Amino acid sequence: MQLDDLYREVIVDHYNRPRNFGRPEKWDIMVEGKNPVCGDEIVIYLTVKDDVVSECRFEGKGCTISIASASVMTESLIGKSLGEIRLVLSDFNRLLRGEVCQRCEQYSDAIAFQGVTKFPVRVKCALLAWKTLEGAIPDSGTHQA
Amino acid sequence: MALDPRQIKADFPIFAAQVRNGRELVYLDNGATTQKPRVVIDAERDFYSSEYGTVHRGIYHLSAMATGLYEAARETVADFVNARLTKEIIFTRGATDSINLVARTFGDRFIGKGDEIILSEFEHHSNMVPWLMLQERTGARLVYVRSTPDWRLDMTDLRSKLSSRTKLVAITGMSNVLGTINDIDMICQLAHEHSARVLVDGAQLVPHFGFDVRATDCDFLAFSSHKMLGPTGVGVLYLKEEIGAAVPPYLGGGDMIEYVRYDGFTTNELPYKFEAGTPNIAGVIAFAKAIEYLQGLGIENIIAHEREVTEYALDRLLSLEGIEIYGPKTPDKRGALFSFNYKDIHSHDVASILDFANIAVRAGHHCAQPLMQRLGVNSTARASFYVYNQKEEIDILRESLKQCERFLKHAVG
Repeated sequence: MQLDDLYREVIVDHYNRPRNFGRPEKWDIMVEGKNPVCGDEIVIYLTVKDDVVSECRFEGKGCTISIASASVMTESLIGKSLGEIRLVLSDFNRLLRGEVCQRCEQYSDAIAFQGVTKFPVRVKCALLAWKTLEGAIPDSGTHQA
Repeated sequence: MALDPRQIKADFPIFAAQVRNGRELVYLDNGATTQKPRVVIDAERDFYSSEYGTVHRGIYHLSAMATGLYEAARETVADFVNARLTKEIIFTRGATDSINLVARTFGDRFIGKGDEIILSEFEHHSNMVPWLMLQERTGARLVYVRSTPDWRLDMTDLRSKLSSRTKLVAITGMSNVLGTINDIDMICQLAHEHSARVLVDGAQLVPHFGFDVRATDCDFLAFSSHKMLGPTGVGVLYLKEEIGAAVPPYLGGGDMIEYVRYDGFTTNELPYKFEAGTPNIAGVIAFAKAIEYLQGLGIENIIAHEREVTEYALDRLLSLEGIEIYGPKTPDKRGALFSFNYKDIHSHDVASILDFANIAVRAGHHCAQPLMQRLGVNSTARASFYVYNQKEEIDILRESLKQCERFLKHAVG
């Protein structure tokens, strides 16, 4: 086990330059999440056109892992239908449980978070944005592709 | 006599068990919980192996022996905090349980609508939420004493807020975030001038400085075994006999009753009135061993050791570029506990990187969310020291903190 497994260069890069960061002027879905253990906070904004995510942005305060993960999530959701979002969310959850997830290679830099599974206490950080969004997507978890 | 942390470490099996990548464990989360010496571990094992029975019930030999050990532990605790009477010592599940006991008994009986409870801004949630709950039940008001710019209790503000409405001052002996030690003697004196009672949350203070309930004249003192080398699941509430006799019981059940009818009950005498159900007998007995171990080291020696650690840590950490320490910057009236942030790096990242060097520190809001807001941060890292920590470990911490930059070079560059 290496500390570099946790702080992969690509993860640090997403933390340093978070993509889609900041509140948009308008949105269709807004959801707030908190990690009560550490006080991290995140807000996610989704704009949906014809059932497809046209914009996904976030803002908040958090550690390297939670911010980088949120950044990756926004990138992997843009252009997806609401049905596809559920699949992406469940895929990322599987990845963080240590399961093989080939599709995850298509989701921005999601695959970089595989190493986080070696640091169980940090899995919660990596899932903060994803769990937050899960609560805002209708019928979350009932559809499996 | 000066403590020898190297020698003390040898009494704690965890340090031999937790060498990782050739690095010895640097355990700096003593504010959360402390490691256990062999005498404490053995005491639980021996009790279960050869002396176990229930207390206060059985007629047989084992029960009599268990009762004897359990009650001897109560005497050890009473002696440790210099209580006037052994029956003023109640065993609970921990400091949190002790404070909830006071809120549910003394609070419900004596603190009504419009009455005031005075707290500091830097209480642990466990000495805040029970009073917020009491506020919801009774309409009592919580009043917070301001802090000075160097994070000490503003005694002038305390004086101005004490009044005939004040029924209780519930205050920490030592802040679990700031390390600030409050002047309990003075607080008790001022509160008593207004006929207000004083509850001291001693969870952080008692393990490191001991406590004298008679010298301070406090009315309640709460503390936990596991923060002073003892097992988890055991705590203490000291309360003055006159109060214990005047308030209703806490939990109902076995042992706390004198006589039960189908339509009512009468309560047992102190301390059993507040100890419903079968207690953590083994934990209490092992806790007494932890106290004896601390007394063997000598409380004065522990105080001197931690003073030395505090001075060295303030010197070495404050001189580190990019560190922000939250709490008093001078060693007087301050414990060996340091909350900090380093170079805009999130405390979770700091804790993960330090963990890789086998250094255990706490990261998060430390169960003091309102204080975090007051400090203007979401979280901090915290290094807290005890009898087995050496000054050298502060140097290891300092050097390892510098390593954080290497792993997050993009983030800080």
